[in-house]
Amino acid sequence: MTSDSISVAQPARAAQPAPVGSAQNTLLAGFLFSLVTVGLAVYACYLTIIVAETGIWTLVLGAATGIVVLLAIGTFVPLIRGVKQQARSTRAAANGDVVEARTYRSRAAHSAWVALGSCLPIVFIAVFTLFLLANDHAVQTTFFDASFMAKSVRDVTIAFGENIKIALLAEILVLGWALFIALARLMPTDAGRPIRWLATAYVDVFRAIPSIIVIYLVGFGLPLAGVPLLSDLGPTWSAVLALTLTYGAYVAEVYRAGIEGIHWSQVSAARSLGLSYGKTMRFVIVPQAVRKVTPPLLNDFIGLQKDTALVTVIGTVDAFTQAKIYSSNYFNLSSVTVVAILFIIITIPQTRFVDRLLARDARRQMSKG
Amino acid sequence: MAFLELNDVEKSYGENPVLRGVTLHIEKHQVVCLIGASGCGKSTLLRCVNALEEIQGGDIRLDGDVVSGEGIDVNALRRKVGIVFQSFNLFPHMSVLNNVTLSPIRVLGRSRADAEAQARTLLKRVGLEEKASAFPDQLSGGQQQRVAIIRALAMNPEVLLLDEITSALDPELVAEVLNIVRDLAEDGLTIIMATHEMSFAQEVADQIVFLHEGVVLEQGTPKEIFGAPTHERTQVFLKKIVAAGRL
Repeated sequence: MTSDSISVAQPARAAQPAPVGSAQNTLLAGFLFSLVTVGLAVYACYLTIIVAETGIWTLVLGAATGIVVLLAIGTFVPLIRGVKQQARSTRAAANGDVVEARTYRSRAAHSAWVALGSCLPIVFIAVFTLFLLANDHAVQTTFFDASFMAKSVRDVTIAFGENIKIALLAEILVLGWALFIALARLMPTDAGRPIRWLATAYVDVFRAIPSIIVIYLVGFGLPLAGVPLLSDLGPTWSAVLALTLTYGAYVAEVYRAGIEGIHWSQVSAARSLGLSYGKTMRFVIVPQAVRKVTPPLLNDFIGLQKDTALVTVIGTVDAFTQAKIYSSNYFNLSSVTVVAILFIIITIPQTRFVDRLLARDARRQMSKG
Repeated sequence: MAFLELNDVEKSYGENPVLRGVTLHIEKHQVVCLIGASGCGKSTLLRCVNALEEIQGGDIRLDGDVVSGEGIDVNALRRKVGIVFQSFNLFPHMSVLNNVTLSPIRVLGRSRADAEAQARTLLKRVGLEEKASAFPDQLSGGQQQRVAIIRALAMNPEVLLLDEITSALDPELVAEVLNIVRDLAEDGLTIIMATHEMSFAQEVADQIVFLHEGVVLEQGTPKEIFGAPTHERTQVFLKKIVAAGRL
């Protein structure tokens, strides 16, 4: 290996000598890690096929682990390329072509890193498979029992409609309520100070209380107290109210950050045109703020959607409650996995949708005209 | 009694005085250029006239009425006094047309059709009729500043304040903005303009006001100020401007 002290001692030969060793080390690490990866993948595949009684999941998992084994073997492709590049680098170095030696050493190191990077997800999948198969594939049958999932999926999905209903109603209410709170927190002048305090207190309190407690207190407390109107809400509207209270506080902070993030010169410009404070907010500041905060707003909405599962504590028959009825009857959690999958299905498209909206907005403002 | 009067106006940010007793009388249809080094109080003075900043001493009178201090209707004042900023400050989420029509519709209560017709006339006047539906980010700096000017003009102001409106522009875009100001001056609009464009000031201004550390050190016709400045500070300032090739 070429060490730094040697290269300093021979400055005449090259301005930047090629430290040949480093790519070799990375390549070696790549080979070892790839071997481990292949080993794990083969083991997972073997176990899957060995322990399996024939069934749909065995087929799916067997095929999947087979693909994982192929992918693991595939990590040798960049490694072999790396070895060739390293050899070329060494040859060039021997011929005194420093630039080519450096170029190919760099490429060899890059190839080794590609192999290392590809190994990581494959190892993850293999380990996860092994986890499913642990204890005579008890994990698989507990969480992913296909026939039981199929049995519960219809009722759970119908009950999931309740989650969606609660989420949509709460989201609509939150959009308005949170903006109201945010504007109250930003009230100008001395006269607005008590209102600012009130709004701040609200935000502090409802961000501090776990949403499950709010749902519990609203869902059971209001009927118990017999407050007129509020006590007759019923579990669905109680949940909507509780989630609106909790997420109103979060989203108010999101709005506030957005409003405060608009440069003060926009306020100057609007006020100088004779627009009042209220009109400045309405036409100039809030529209810009809303655009800016769409992603964090959606994050909070995804949180809200997931928290609809908490309504199970006040006896609303939502997807989770329905799944728990199934799971306690059959001592198997696969019905709850169905709920999890349903949440994943509704969440991922939303994040992609917002990404697209943002990209389109950026394009429209940047490139037209 | 002049059309716009500043009498002994004082303004400070905390402990830091910015205007230390500025007195300035401006007649209708005059073009007044404020010159002076950065930080001398030019921008603050303009922002005070528009009530974007509160003043701590003295008063400002427009057409005989006191328009500074507590209890004045700032929105009414700003309908008469328009301002254009160095950094344009167009509303980025609105098209050019909506930028220009927002105030006429929402403040003056004009109909949308009426306001848009006026906006299109103004856009045509500054050569931007084809940009009505464009967004500010799609325009050059010069185009944005032209839109900002007609956005202020759409309110039919009696006084127009221009706060270093060409300082943020690339040199080749300065002329297109100054040409519009020249037009407005010829039409008799009362203009107060903080600027570093000395040649333009010399050509267009009726009155040049040299501000130094928050006071009016010298004022007079361009001939007087640029030709024979009496105050030593003014001479030093103008020497530097000449050395920089700006005059």
